[in-house]
Amino acid sequence: MEMKEAIIKLSNLSKHYGQFVAVDRLNLEVHRGEVFGLLGPNGAGKTTTILMMLGLTEPNEGTAYVCGFSAARDPLNVKRKVGYMPDNVGFYNHMTALENLVYIARLNSIEEKRLQERAKTLLDMVGLGAEMNKKAGTFSRGMKQRLGLAEVLIKSPEVIVLDEPTLGIDPAGVKDFLEMIRSLSRQHGLTVLLSSHHLHHVQQVCDRVGIFVRGKLLAQGDIPALSSSLFGKEGHITTVSTVQTILQPWQLEPEMRSWPEIKDISFAANSIEFSSTKEITPDIVRLLVTNGYDILSVKNKEFGLDEIYQKYFENSFNEDTNNGKSANFFTTNGFTASRK
Amino acid sequence: MENQQIFSQPMVSQQAENNVTPFFARSRAFGVMVEKELADHIRGWRFVVLVGLILLTFVGCLYVSLSNIRTVFANTDDPDHAFLYLKLITTTDGTAPPFHVLLSFLAPLLGISLGFDAINTEQNNGTLTRLLAQPIFRDNVLLAKFTAAVIIVGVLFFSLSLLVIGGGLIFTGVRIEPEELSRILGFVALSIIYVGFWLGLSIMFSIAFKQAATSALSAIGFWLLFTVFYPFLVNLIIRSLLPDPAYLSQAQVMSYNELILDVMRIAPNQLYTDAATTLLMPAVRSLGPMNMEQMAGAIPSPLPVKESLMIVWPQLSGLLASTISCFALSYYLFMRREIRG
Repeated sequence: MEMKEAIIKLSNLSKHYGQFVAVDRLNLEVHRGEVFGLLGPNGAGKTTTILMMLGLTEPNEGTAYVCGFSAARDPLNVKRKVGYMPDNVGFYNHMTALENLVYIARLNSIEEKRLQERAKTLLDMVGLGAEMNKKAGTFSRGMKQRLGLAEVLIKSPEVIVLDEPTLGIDPAGVKDFLEMIRSLSRQHGLTVLLSSHHLHHVQQVCDRVGIFVRGKLLAQGDIPALSSSLFGKEGHITTVSTVQTILQPWQLEPEMRSWPEIKDISFAANSIEFSSTKEITPDIVRLLVTNGYDILSVKNKEFGLDEIYQKYFENSFNEDTNNGKSANFFTTNGFTASRK
Repeated sequence: MENQQIFSQPMVSQQAENNVTPFFARSRAFGVMVEKELADHIRGWRFVVLVGLILLTFVGCLYVSLSNIRTVFANTDDPDHAFLYLKLITTTDGTAPPFHVLLSFLAPLLGISLGFDAINTEQNNGTLTRLLAQPIFRDNVLLAKFTAAVIIVGVLFFSLSLLVIGGGLIFTGVRIEPEELSRILGFVALSIIYVGFWLGLSIMFSIAFKQAATSALSAIGFWLLFTVFYPFLVNLIIRSLLPDPAYLSQAQVMSYNELILDVMRIAPNQLYTDAATTLLMPAVRSLGPMNMEQMAGAIPSPLPVKESLMIVWPQLSGLLASTISCFALSYYLFMRREIRG
């Protein structure tokens, strides 16, 4: 078991804009080498949190430590270690991609003689090798994101922070981009913090996820842990389809109901759904097979981020229905959509 | 994806450099920013237009003054008549204002146009967040923008004045006196400081206003206020407040005049015109009214450079002070502001 070192450590971090609380006493640790996803709807306070981590805005309360440096007191050292790609990444339109990149490299005091070569290597890597002498103003959104990634990497960061990196890129581009991030993190031990409101994207690449709604971190952990903490009371759901039609009353039902793990059994024509507190799929299958049932398929219902996300929104929606805020509108939509 | 080994090489030398000499790293980043801003200015169309405008002014004024220089130089009633090169800059036959007066109009335009979109355009393009996420000091961004523009203006004015001197040498064949050279250089320095004031002001507006057009309009509004409306307003108010001069003694009239002048000197263009006139016309002895006792026994002769400089010193300090206060306000607005894309 490797030691988990917190490379980003936020304690009690808060930010108010007048009466509005953008970030509310946030405590968060991101470990070295992991890909952490900050997931939340628009206006949840993700960008504000990121800005506070980089010392680009001052917290009203609490501290943010990145790579051991305080973001509020020593932002320069933090910025040396952290590559940050803002959500609306923009470049100097009159300069070429290479010039844009070299400028940032110079600001990071990278040796002059290795500058050009390094910038070109990075542009090749993000797939902009052929476009490096084109003006950045002619770039599409996806190309700008790639250039942004190259720029983030040119300073050899320890941590990269990507704010909504998948916003506005087409699905194929998103997949490429996320794979690139993932492999970078794996191969070079980079810590990645990415924020998104797009749960599928986060689900694809993140080791751990924090769910962030209205300035509060509602839950964090890897996706299985999140789902078990959230759906713990429902537990595991196993659906077994059989060739034989299940006749009611089913002769095995009393026996199975007596198992302590089983909470509920429900029937359809050719399938049975078991709700259990533990993973008991092998036992169920063994019992069915020994009783002469031919099994067509066994499905374990997995709780993806979709369910987790909506569950949290549902909760937070229920908590303050009287608040009449625009964020509520979003949650309401998400909520009703999930009902189908 | 093939070339990823580039990350595994730690940038050892770079790290060492950062740790050992943070000041060096800092000044280097500043130099890089100034360099980039300079390149931006020079490559832009705006700069071409401005240089064209100033060159046109310069050529026009020089043509007018060169065609009159013979009569001006021979006019022995004028105590300054022997300062050929100063005359080149200040002479006019009434068809066009002299160069230094035209420059007092163009300088604000130059300053405003080089600074009005300094910060807000970067913010609107989303480059400011990226820039500030680099290990640089926030104030260096402002300072780099200011420095680059001042360098541009400095080089432009300096080469213009050298052109005047060189042109004068070729056309007249008269040797330039050190006195004239120092006065012309002093005038160039003064003009650069004056442009610096408008630059500082427009950079301040570019921080305060999100839209470049708003900040440009506000800066131009300020300029109009000071050049057109301010003297007018001062006259209007003072006339209605002051007693009728017919009932005042000589000394009272003098003191009221001083007061009016002092109020007028709040306007930076007034300071600039005063200082430029004194520097370029050595016979100017005072910028305020003088009474007969002060004038008694004075020979109408040019002042030495040092004395002229003594006269304009308050003007110079005033201009510098207003530039610095614009800058201080810009810092105040910019340093703690939250930057979002």
